[in-house]
Amino acid sequence: MADATPDTKRRFAWNGTLICGLVMGAIILLTGLIAPFFLTEPATALGGGSSLGSVPGHPLGTDSLGRDMLARTLVATRLTVVMALGATAIAGAAGIALGIAVWLAPRKVRELGLRGIEFAVSYPTLLVAIMVAAILGKGTVTVVIAIGVANTAGFARLTANLAAGLSQRDYVTTARLIGVPRVRLATRHILPNMAEPMLILVAQAFAGALVEISGLSFVGLGSQSPSFDYGTLLRDALGKLMINPVLVVGPAMALVFASLAALFIGDGLAAAANPRSIGKRGRLRRVGQVPDAASEPPVLTATGVTVRHAATGRVLVEDVSFEIARGEILGIVGESGSGKSLTAAVVSRLVPEGIEAEATRLALGRTDLLGRVSQRELATRIGLVYQDPGTSLNPALTLGSQFGDVLTHHRGLSRKQARQVLVDGFAAVLLPDPAGRLRQHPHELSGGMKQRAMIASAMSTQPDLLIADEPTTALDVTVQREVLAIIKRLNRQAGTAVLFISHDIGVVRRLCDRVLVMREGRVVERIADPAAMTPDNVTHPYTAQLLAATPTVAIGGRAAAPAGGTAAAQAAAEVAP
Amino acid sequence: MSDTIVNVTGLNVSFGPVHVLKDVSARLDRSETLGVVGESGSGKSTLAKAMVGLVKASSGEVWVDGLEVVEASRRELAHYHRRVQMIPQDPFSSLSPRQTIGQTLAEAIDPGRARVGRHQDRIAEWLERVGLEPGMMHRYPHEFSGGQRQRIAIARGLILEPSVVIADEITSALDVSVQAQILELLAELRQSLGLTMVFISHNLAVVQRVSDQVLVLYRGQVVEAGPAERIYQAPQHWYTRALLDADPGSPGFTLD
Repeated sequence: MADATPDTKRRFAWNGTLICGLVMGAIILLTGLIAPFFLTEPATALGGGSSLGSVPGHPLGTDSLGRDMLARTLVATRLTVVMALGATAIAGAAGIALGIAVWLAPRKVRELGLRGIEFAVSYPTLLVAIMVAAILGKGTVTVVIAIGVANTAGFARLTANLAAGLSQRDYVTTARLIGVPRVRLATRHILPNMAEPMLILVAQAFAGALVEISGLSFVGLGSQSPSFDYGTLLRDALGKLMINPVLVVGPAMALVFASLAALFIGDGLAAAANPRSIGKRGRLRRVGQVPDAASEPPVLTATGVTVRHAATGRVLVEDVSFEIARGEILGIVGESGSGKSLTAAVVSRLVPEGIEAEATRLALGRTDLLGRVSQRELATRIGLVYQDPGTSLNPALTLGSQFGDVLTHHRGLSRKQARQVLVDGFAAVLLPDPAGRLRQHPHELSGGMKQRAMIASAMSTQPDLLIADEPTTALDVTVQREVLAIIKRLNRQAGTAVLFISHDIGVVRRLCDRVLVMREGRVVERIADPAAMTPDNVTHPYTAQLLAATPTVAIGGRAAAPAGGTAAAQAAAEVAP
Repeated sequence: MSDTIVNVTGLNVSFGPVHVLKDVSARLDRSETLGVVGESGSGKSTLAKAMVGLVKASSGEVWVDGLEVVEASRRELAHYHRRVQMIPQDPFSSLSPRQTIGQTLAEAIDPGRARVGRHQDRIAEWLERVGLEPGMMHRYPHEFSGGQRQRIAIARGLILEPSVVIADEITSALDVSVQAQILELLAELRQSLGLTMVFISHNLAVVQRVSDQVLVLYRGQVVEAGPAERIYQAPQHWYTRALLDADPGSPGFTLD
């Protein structure tokens, strides 16, 4: 297949917390498995010195019947862990079944069920457990059931929420459309895809159950003599705290150790499932030495830019060099994975997490970007515009306050001056009612308007360089043309150099003065006259392939454009909403 | 008499107070492709969903392959969904991550049981038809590229040999070179199978490559409809012309 390289399966991100938790968990399991075989004798045999403190042979003392506390604590591990596991299993099985049943139910029942689950979740678990135990009576099994029931709501809620999210996925919609029965949908498409978050909840629920079961045993509802768990040991020991304080140490330590283990495993799994959360900060460094630039350096000089994935060492961008002169628009075109966006990120010193970048020279005019650069200089001399105007704006702030900050902070303007700069900027990008826009929130603007506002903001500091990374990819074609026209006009009027990143060679050839074609991290071709390029006059076969693959409308005789007014004006006139 | 298989008349769809489709009519003959073009918010995806009964029309008629979809019962729709297939846009969310490709295709053939063994030959044949290898049926979606996944989604849509296929923006998430391959595959399948297709896209150039008929939607209304050649050579409505001029490859495209 000539298609793009398959994305590799996400690697499991092992982390210290998880390993630590697993080691602790293994110790507990091993203790629970082995201790009763060897230590039941000293843990239960009567006689010997009673109520001893920490003495040789009995480091954690003996209880009033002369039983060794260390042995008792270790032996109690099995019962405690088995009870907690039982409770977690009950909660998990019942909760997942309930959650799926609610998801499968008809709409009215489902909504009622979801409300019920929400209500149950908000109720304190221990309180529910105590009520259940009070109804069923004392005993080991009772406590396990009580804690299991009390934790069911948490699993039910997670299941129902995940199922609701997953059922919006295309593969579930498609399966439903082709007639896959709902039960099969649940078992084949919904449940298997919940595994990760479910595992995390299981670990957390286990830690909770451990503490809760010990709590119930502590108040006397749990295991009854002669059987014993951490909770009963703790109760007995606390009763003699004034006489023989060392007795508390065993069960208390064991309880803390076991619940920490479960929490570490839960947190570790959560972190592993979300590898971004533990990524390393991106780095940018200098390699080699090059002589200083000539007397009048270009706006941007980038030499030998190389980018690696920090963990694997895989080279993502290899030895890319270019310059951008004042008043010039340089395009970088390439498909996904070509390294074009990473190159732009390095130039603006925004190296993503987990990425290492290096260059022999990276300079903005005379400023060395590989050395120390003040935040102010970066913010005012480089303007950035991203692909998705919806996510690069803060939805909670008005345009005036979020765009004004840069101007008041870095350019030292007063609020009033900043306002005026923005109003002028908005007018320059043809936003209707520029002054009114300052008081608006991002959601009040259409995608095209947001992107124009972003450009106005990026230009408000009068930067030497504007970096635009796929600024029109999320926009409709008619809006795309307006935004491109604005970039070109600002470039021609203010002389701002532009680095324009795009996957669309059709757009790039119409906008840019020069174009670099990137593929798999390398520049494969440099095009000096993009407007004139055809599949026949480019040198690299990949460029020709890109040009040939780009669909272009074929038009013969053309109808004249309508006289007077833009498309938008006509739209308003013809189709009143 | 032409052999009309899709006939939509006076279709209106509202989501709450928002009128998404206004008096939309469309027709398509067997073995032809209808390209539906429009920008975001034009209602083109809603039209696709209305055709398979995924959204409720407030008025109008949607006849597809002998069934009136708006008034159809649940049982009628269940049968209908085996004759009219939809291929979704995003190849990364349209395949169940924990099922092999074989299972996904078997499920399309037999939704209740999805036994790969029983349908192995048919699955292998279809994987070959969309340019993949039969041995790939035992692999999981994450082992495939976006273009390959879209090929699998196409195989799933066609394996029952439906009378109409609705393709909703199926190339817009792909790189251009991959898109070109998928368009080529569609052209091949149209030739060899006599596919009847509703092809929805925001990209005029892509629509031109696959369509016999074109319908231009703007703010929920049909502003222009007709044979593809006529629409591209002599657009009548100003909006169609504006769309054409906004294509970077068109001679009318300027940035001044």
